[in-house]
Amino acid sequence: MMRSVRLVAGAGAAALLVTLSACSSSDEGSPSGSSAKLSGTVTVFAAASLKESFTTLGKRFEEAHPGTKVTFNFGGSDSLAASITGGAPADVFASASPSTMAIVTDAGDASGTPATFVRNQLEIATLPGNPDGIASLKDLTKSGLKVVLCDKEVPCGAATQKALEAGDLKLTPVSYEQDVKAALTKVELNEADAAVVYRTDVKAAGDKVEGVDFPESADAVNDYPIALLKDAPNADTAKAFVELVRSAEGQKVLTGAGFLKP
Amino acid sequence: MTGGTTKGGARRVRRLRGSVPVPLLLPALIGLAFLVLPLVALLVRTPWSSLPEQLTSAEVWEALRLSLVCATLATVVSLVLGVPLAWLLARVEFPGRGLVRAVVTLPLVLPPVVGGVALLMALGRNGVVGRLLDDWFGLTLPFTTAGVVIAEAFVAMPFLVISVEGTLRAADPRYEEAATTLGASRFTAFRRVTLPLIAPGVAAGAVLAWARALGEFGATITFAGNFPGRTQTMPLAVYLALQSDPAAAISLSLVLLAVSVAVLAGLRDRWMTAS
Repeated sequence: MMRSVRLVAGAGAAALLVTLSACSSSDEGSPSGSSAKLSGTVTVFAAASLKESFTTLGKRFEEAHPGTKVTFNFGGSDSLAASITGGAPADVFASASPSTMAIVTDAGDASGTPATFVRNQLEIATLPGNPDGIASLKDLTKSGLKVVLCDKEVPCGAATQKALEAGDLKLTPVSYEQDVKAALTKVELNEADAAVVYRTDVKAAGDKVEGVDFPESADAVNDYPIALLKDAPNADTAKAFVELVRSAEGQKVLTGAGFLKP
Repeated sequence: MTGGTTKGGARRVRRLRGSVPVPLLLPALIGLAFLVLPLVALLVRTPWSSLPEQLTSAEVWEALRLSLVCATLATVVSLVLGVPLAWLLARVEFPGRGLVRAVVTLPLVLPPVVGGVALLMALGRNGVVGRLLDDWFGLTLPFTTAGVVIAEAFVAMPFLVISVEGTLRAADPRYEEAATTLGASRFTAFRRVTLPLIAPGVAAGAVLAWARALGEFGATITFAGNFPGRTQTMPLAVYLALQSDPAAAISLSLVLLAVSVAVLAGLRDRWMTAS
């Protein structure tokens, strides 16, 4: 049973690749025989930081496979993992850290082994024009500077602590924010002078903030794993979506958003 | 309930049926269960064995102390500003009074997060008024304990104003008038006659405001941020603990529940029924 499902899914993935390479030249010429197997709704639970890139990929998937629909539930990886182990009907889980993925795999809710599909690095977000002249992580420890960090309980905060330890730095922020977007917002609103967030968030914020790279971030890179879920209501189509995320085209979208290749 | 075993039990049930119609009793009991069940569930799921070590951590006490201090200060702010505001609404005729009353009660129905955003826009470092505070005095309110008090007062003050205004409307204005005809200024009359008259209503409103301030979450985390010992109140600590350590979140919730129940139960008989 398992084997046959895999075979079908593999065929679907192959069809997808063919479709993707063919879709630019002729849409009607796609191998309708095998791609007809892909239909219905795929429900993807994904980390909030994937919002922009996964929405793009979902649209491309729907275009390549008429009749399919990709719906997303973006949120904090921890709470998404809790929903999945609590029985939420999802097909795919993409989390912002291996430890949150482990919550799902430990509960036996994943099908197969999760695969790391991108990595995300930290960056300092400063006010536009970098008026405080922040050039390194150490500069954030200057007194009089209002810095916000993610709380240690959430993945971006855990990564920030790792980076600070790597640089042997002690940093007292004015606030530990509840997620990465909240930390970034405080800088966008000019309430804080700087925040440590993901590179992808700085990129998504456009010219509202300015990003400053720092070497310690190399010691605190987050792996993003993706997994098909065991009780996926629409496993075949879901598998094809995972393949798209991991394909060259998917990687192009993700690296375009600032993610690193695994 | 049905088929009482003892005579006394049967009589009691019958008397209950006689006085309370079932169409009222049934929804009332369901309503009661609906409100009480989540709290019972909290007690059931509390990790009692690890509770002592969860609650003896310095961070918990810091958050609790901060919660109590800030809620009390927010209540003081509400009293100082809210009682005169309630008096104005109840005793002085002015154009647009209905509109002012609506605006005053707005934070009651406004989602607290929206209140937090509004406070940021007004009093944040880049805010309409906050920018001036920063430029003139170097004073910024977000990320400070004062910010917590402001956020809590913003959400809690309407409870006090409504409560006091209601009491003022019920109180007979002729006592005040008599005092002024005897030579007292209007402020003296307010201080010596009106205030003692409405004291129970003020106390009830203060208790409500204090309880609301203690539970404040949305406006606080939005406006004041989250830093242990400075702006991390108990509700914030509970929310963040839930991300990684549900057991700790349950223990913290239990403390907040116990404090709230103790205060409300302790004050209810004394003040609330008097209003």
